[in-house]
Amino acid sequence: MTLDSDRPAAAGPRRARRQRVPIALLVPAGLGLAFLVLPLAGLLIRVPWATLPQRLAEPGVLTALRLSLQTATLATLLCLALGVPLAWLLARVDFPGRRLVRALVTVPLVLPPVVGGIALLLVFGRRGLLGSWLDQAFGITLPFTTAGVVIAEAFVAMPFLIIAVEGALRGADTRYEEAAATLGARRWTTFTHVTLPLVAPGVAAGAVLCWARALGEFGATITFAGNFPGVTQTMPLAVYLALETDLDAAIVLSLILLIVSVTILAALRDKWITSP
Amino acid sequence: MRLRNALAALAVSGLLISTGCGDSTDGSPGAAGVTGDITVFAPASLTESFTTIGKDFEAANPGTKVVFNFAGSSALATQINQGAPADVFASASPATMKTVTDAGNAEGAPTTFVKNQLVIAVPEGNPKGVKGLADLTGPGVKVALCAEQVPCGAAATKALAAAGVKITPVTLEQDVKAALSKVKLGEVDAALVYRTDAKASDADVDGIEFPESAGAINEYPIVVLKNAPNKAGGQAFVAYVQSDKARTVLTTAGFQAP
Repeated sequence: MTLDSDRPAAAGPRRARRQRVPIALLVPAGLGLAFLVLPLAGLLIRVPWATLPQRLAEPGVLTALRLSLQTATLATLLCLALGVPLAWLLARVDFPGRRLVRALVTVPLVLPPVVGGIALLLVFGRRGLLGSWLDQAFGITLPFTTAGVVIAEAFVAMPFLIIAVEGALRGADTRYEEAAATLGARRWTTFTHVTLPLVAPGVAAGAVLCWARALGEFGATITFAGNFPGVTQTMPLAVYLALETDLDAAIVLSLILLIVSVTILAALRDKWITSP
Repeated sequence: MRLRNALAALAVSGLLISTGCGDSTDGSPGAAGVTGDITVFAPASLTESFTTIGKDFEAANPGTKVVFNFAGSSALATQINQGAPADVFASASPATMKTVTDAGNAEGAPTTFVKNQLVIAVPEGNPKGVKGLADLTGPGVKVALCAEQVPCGAAATKALAAAGVKITPVTLEQDVKAALSKVKLGEVDAALVYRTDAKASDADVDGIEFPESAGAINEYPIVVLKNAPNKAGGQAFVAYVQSDKARTVLTTAGFQAP
């Protein structure tokens, strides 16, 4: 016990390692892993390795990949700019209807993305609530533009960021913020100098999750932004259309998306997110 | 290899449950000697007409039940080639049908049972005054086409080439219904869709015929499948689809006789 308290960080995992893992947890855990990994294995088995180099060299592939990475990153930045303040509001300010707002924020999680795309059209489309005004006043139409892709991805991905950041804020020790307040710091100063550094790992985790969701977004994108190579055709859209005629091409495109996302996520995880 | 087979089996069993065609051979024979479930894989564009024809067929052959799986032709062909237990496959394009016959999954040669033609779909009232393909080339006209990988997109490419018209679409939609919904919502000013699809959404969309569509007529082939659990039922259904009564249903929907 005295030894453990000397090094509290190492105590937990080491003790767990010494104990036997209960079968009742190990078996379903193993099945769960197999369930998630087997489809990936199925994909890898079918990869047409022989024709892989020339398929990768096709110009459309790089265009779609670049667009995917750009839009997912822009969507994540948009989510950070809007989502972090919203998460802070939900976690720190007690206002009437907070529970309702929290439920509304998660709506894009349960809404089928295609319906989300239609909903976006009804608001930002040429005849939409805001879209018709944007069109008449500024001549801006969002559907069928790259900006439309970013909006569709941000709509679907933002709840992931908000949930992660709100969870981090609720778990953070509020005494630091209170101390800052007693020392005369205003709420904005407290937020930027105390709260944000405190929940930075949570924000990073949320941003990574948000980025990954945006990268894989299909339904809302194809419905709201349409599909045109170089403008709105992201990798998932390219995969779907390749599937119509050429299974091998679709598998290759999926493989690229998989490798890129796993590489980036693994790199970010090591750098930003410290798992205990 | 064994892993692959196991995965395929899993996919097929999922399909069995979803289409409810587990037992297709029990029950007593009907009037024409046909009975049980008949599973028909058909393209989305046939949803309305085939549902009607299926009901008529069941009424004419007591003891039968026609179960449909409507989806994009290419997706259906992939399912069949991966071992899905279907009796009949109808395709919206001969090219997609060819992937099934090439894989040796068809029983005999496919028959063309209807033809479909492209029209220009415009929002109700035709706000941009579109009269033909040439009106779609202007910069102020937003056009949706189907992606070239799907039958309606291939037909559009063919028709535009025949007309010598070059259009820059704002989007290449994943199927004909998606292109049509962009017209319905007013997001585009025109789209090239099948006459049947324009006709099915008469209330919000006007269909404009154009002569060049004759150069890109889409044929719909139908075939009984080799591994059909209910081959006799499948053959009876394919014959029924080519009967006068079924043809009336199809032409009312805007299809042309072959």
